[in-house]
Amino acid sequence: MELFDSYVLFLLVLIPFAGAMALAFFPTSNHRAIRAFATSVGFLTLALAVYTVANYDYGAGGFQMEHGYLWLTEPLRVSFGWGVDGISATMVLLTGIVAATGTLISWNIEHRPRDFFLLFLAMVSGVFGVFVTTDLFFLLFFYELAVVPMYLLIGVWGSSTDFGTFIRTKEYGALKLVVYLVGGSVLVWVGIIAIYITAANAGQPTFSLTTLNTVRFTRTFQVVFFPITALGFGVLAGLWPFHTWSPDGHVAAPTAVSMIHAGVLMKLGAYGIIRVALSILPEGAEAWMPVLIGLGTVNVVYGAISAMGQRDLKYVVGYSSVSHMGYVLMGIATLDQMGVTGAVLQMFSHGVMTALFFAVVGAVYDRAHIRDMTVLEGLAKRMGVTAAFFVVVGLTSLGLPGLSGFVAEFLVFVGVFRTYLPLAILAVIGAAITAVYIMRLLAKVFFGPLDTRWEHLGDASGREIAASSILVLTIAFVGIYPTPLINIINSGVTTLLSRIPGI
Amino acid sequence: MTQNLHLLLPEFLLATLAFVVLAADLLLPPERKHLLGWASIAGLVGLLALSLALLWGRNELLYGGLFHVDSYYLFFRAFFILVGIVVILSSLEFAKAHLSHPGEYYAIILLSILGMGAMAAAGELLTAYISLELLSFSLYILVSFATGDARSNEAGVKYIIIGAFSSAILLYGLSLVYTGLGTTRFAEINAALAAANGASPTVWIGLSLVLVGLGFKMAAVPFHMWAPDVYEGAPLPITAYLSVASKGAAFALALRLFAEAFMPAIGDWRAIVAVLAAITMTVGNLVAIPQKNIKRLLAYSSISQVGYLLVGLAALSAQTSSGLMLHLAGYAFTNLAAFGVVIAFYNHTGKEEIADYAGLADRHPFMAAALTMALFSLAGLPFFAGFLTKFYLFAGAAREGFLWLAGLAVFNSLISLYYYLMVIKQMYIVPAEDGSKVKVSPVMLGVVAVMVLGVFFVGVYPRPLLDAIDAATRAILPVL
Repeated sequence: MELFDSYVLFLLVLIPFAGAMALAFFPTSNHRAIRAFATSVGFLTLALAVYTVANYDYGAGGFQMEHGYLWLTEPLRVSFGWGVDGISATMVLLTGIVAATGTLISWNIEHRPRDFFLLFLAMVSGVFGVFVTTDLFFLLFFYELAVVPMYLLIGVWGSSTDFGTFIRTKEYGALKLVVYLVGGSVLVWVGIIAIYITAANAGQPTFSLTTLNTVRFTRTFQVVFFPITALGFGVLAGLWPFHTWSPDGHVAAPTAVSMIHAGVLMKLGAYGIIRVALSILPEGAEAWMPVLIGLGTVNVVYGAISAMGQRDLKYVVGYSSVSHMGYVLMGIATLDQMGVTGAVLQMFSHGVMTALFFAVVGAVYDRAHIRDMTVLEGLAKRMGVTAAFFVVVGLTSLGLPGLSGFVAEFLVFVGVFRTYLPLAILAVIGAAITAVYIMRLLAKVFFGPLDTRWEHLGDASGREIAASSILVLTIAFVGIYPTPLINIINSGVTTLLSRIPGI
Repeated sequence: MTQNLHLLLPEFLLATLAFVVLAADLLLPPERKHLLGWASIAGLVGLLALSLALLWGRNELLYGGLFHVDSYYLFFRAFFILVGIVVILSSLEFAKAHLSHPGEYYAIILLSILGMGAMAAAGELLTAYISLELLSFSLYILVSFATGDARSNEAGVKYIIIGAFSSAILLYGLSLVYTGLGTTRFAEINAALAAANGASPTVWIGLSLVLVGLGFKMAAVPFHMWAPDVYEGAPLPITAYLSVASKGAAFALALRLFAEAFMPAIGDWRAIVAVLAAITMTVGNLVAIPQKNIKRLLAYSSISQVGYLLVGLAALSAQTSSGLMLHLAGYAFTNLAAFGVVIAFYNHTGKEEIADYAGLADRHPFMAAALTMALFSLAGLPFFAGFLTKFYLFAGAAREGFLWLAGLAVFNSLISLYYYLMVIKQMYIVPAEDGSKVKVSPVMLGVVAVMVLGVFFVGVYPRPLLDAIDAATRAILPVL
């Protein structure tokens, strides 16, 4: 098992990628085989992800299951290495869950399913790559690999929004998303290169995260380059005011892509802030945290208010993602053990939750071919199971105790209360607004009188129920018994915060 | 001095091959003339093998320092032969359809390969100039080879006039450098500049004029005006050739010239080159955005690539010299893959507007995927050559204190991604007006497939290529 343990993380990246390559040789017309194959690959990665988390020894902490090869020698010294700590192990589990359920949800894609799954698996491979790599070069490499297939996934398989006065085509959503995210990566690139040359001038020409964590950067350098790096990653995390790609992109994307995008890809941004900006430039982080926590609060409140004003179901979920990512940013910015742990748990919780959100909205859209809240009414009478899932996810979103969202948001609030009390009050107001728009949505779309137009709608299929159940069980498990996950996250956060001099 | 003359055997044989192909054209009956293309390819393959066997690991000066036979020369010799093979393969259909005497066409391509190799080997100003002129004259003819096409003739005239003008500027610059330093040999220029502690005003003006002249040949902004028109008018395989080989040769010459001769005066010219690089990439990318014709789009995109390569020249060091060659090699695979698709598409449909590519994903899935991968590589996205080569080059430049220029270059890659996505959108999202399948000849299919594999190879496993490149860098810059 020793050998397997040191390669399991590599397999997480390799299997989806090899699966994508293998799909290129499938006959285009055999939809059944393509779907079955892609789903098997999805669940295989889920199994490996579960194995990774189950075998992570949080007592020992630090990077585990490490291994690597020197890929480029001097002067760049890039190594293709992998390893997970408590934070990335949690993210790996999240990715496995969302990727596996995403493949299951996508069975109804009839238009060129082979190409869809090929790009989808390539993207999943990129996401795993970001979480398991221990080298900055490959972090950027996989980051862009995860972003670029989005353009085609949204552009070809997405859907447009048209409310007469408000039109957002899928091409628009796809382009906006890619330009914003690659734009963010330009800043990340500058930050990473600056870190590299500074380390090189200090006699350590390397991109290895573990080595860079031991290099002392001057305070001035940290204060200058922290905002550049954090802002670059922040774009992907939906940081206000660079969040607008997120609702537009999520709405235009097909269901499974919205799931993985809001569920996992936005976490890449937050993860990057933690792994690169915070970990390598801790003094810079300390100096800039008041700004980040302020922006995070704006995210929470602004996202919630915007969600309240939407007609399109998917826009509601899209803006609620912006709002919930605000808690993540606030939690990170507290630099407090509980706050940061809460932020990472919120990343996990929101990832699973929003995946379920998009899965349920997708189920409605597939049947009614419309997402307009003003038209949809009383669907619970025809789609009882779907409605039940929607209720669970809605309650998670507004932070009902017993579900995962409560634990995570509670920890974040405690962290913020300890550090920036006034902002915590604003954030609680954001949570209250969430309750308003979620309840209104539920009442209107699912529990009103049934409109005769929706008499013919059928309920969720077996596949959709299976996928949603996995997500609901995860939410409930973390809500009721969060200790194992919190222990793992805590071990990572402790190491991280020990690098900050003032704490 | 003459005992190592045999090292020039590949050059002599290349010239011989060109004349044999030219003469054979007169003797062969019309229906067998297509064999000339294959004969040229076979000859080039043989010459490549001979060059590698004969010149591997050599480091010698011929004719008293006029001609360097070293790893740097060998790298570019192999590079230009490979590009030549691909271009001739891509020309087979064009030659069959349009040329009654294809031997002339192939012979001139062979002569231009001779000139490019000599540009990489030149260790003296006049040798460099004469090699450059051999290339330029070959290209003037090649550009206007589609004799029935008015655009091709116009392109030829434009190219000759601007080319002659820039040659004159270059030559004047060289003469000023000679006036100031009293020598034309690279090693002696280096010693004189080091002794004088930088460039005198005369030499500085000469240097600037050399930069202007080379800027014309590279199509660097603001000396690029000829490029889009010439690219659009020239036969497609020649456009591909111009975009890869002639730029490559200009850089092969410039890199050796600046590393071996002008390095001691680096403080006098690096700022000029940096500004040139910044303007070139930005203008190239911005002007590419509104283009409707795929040839013009690729022309402007290749101008922006010149800007990236100039970053390497401005921040000249061992790392950026390797980065420059690596980027050039990756760019060659990538651009030849992109042009391969454009050529194959044109051969079947006769169309070259971007809008004509609508629905290519259905009409020929492989070609659409290949063009997509090539464009992603040009934009610098991972798994493809562009990501690594740009990273290597710009990281090296940043280390020399050009972080702002590297950042600008990466930002420019973002701009370029926008217009590449517009092409990809046509192929994948916009439905085809005419849904018929596109037929592609097996040769072009093979060329594109091999080029795409090369793009992956450079992007994923660059070690072998980097070893050769580092050896080349050591030949011109003694530290590494």
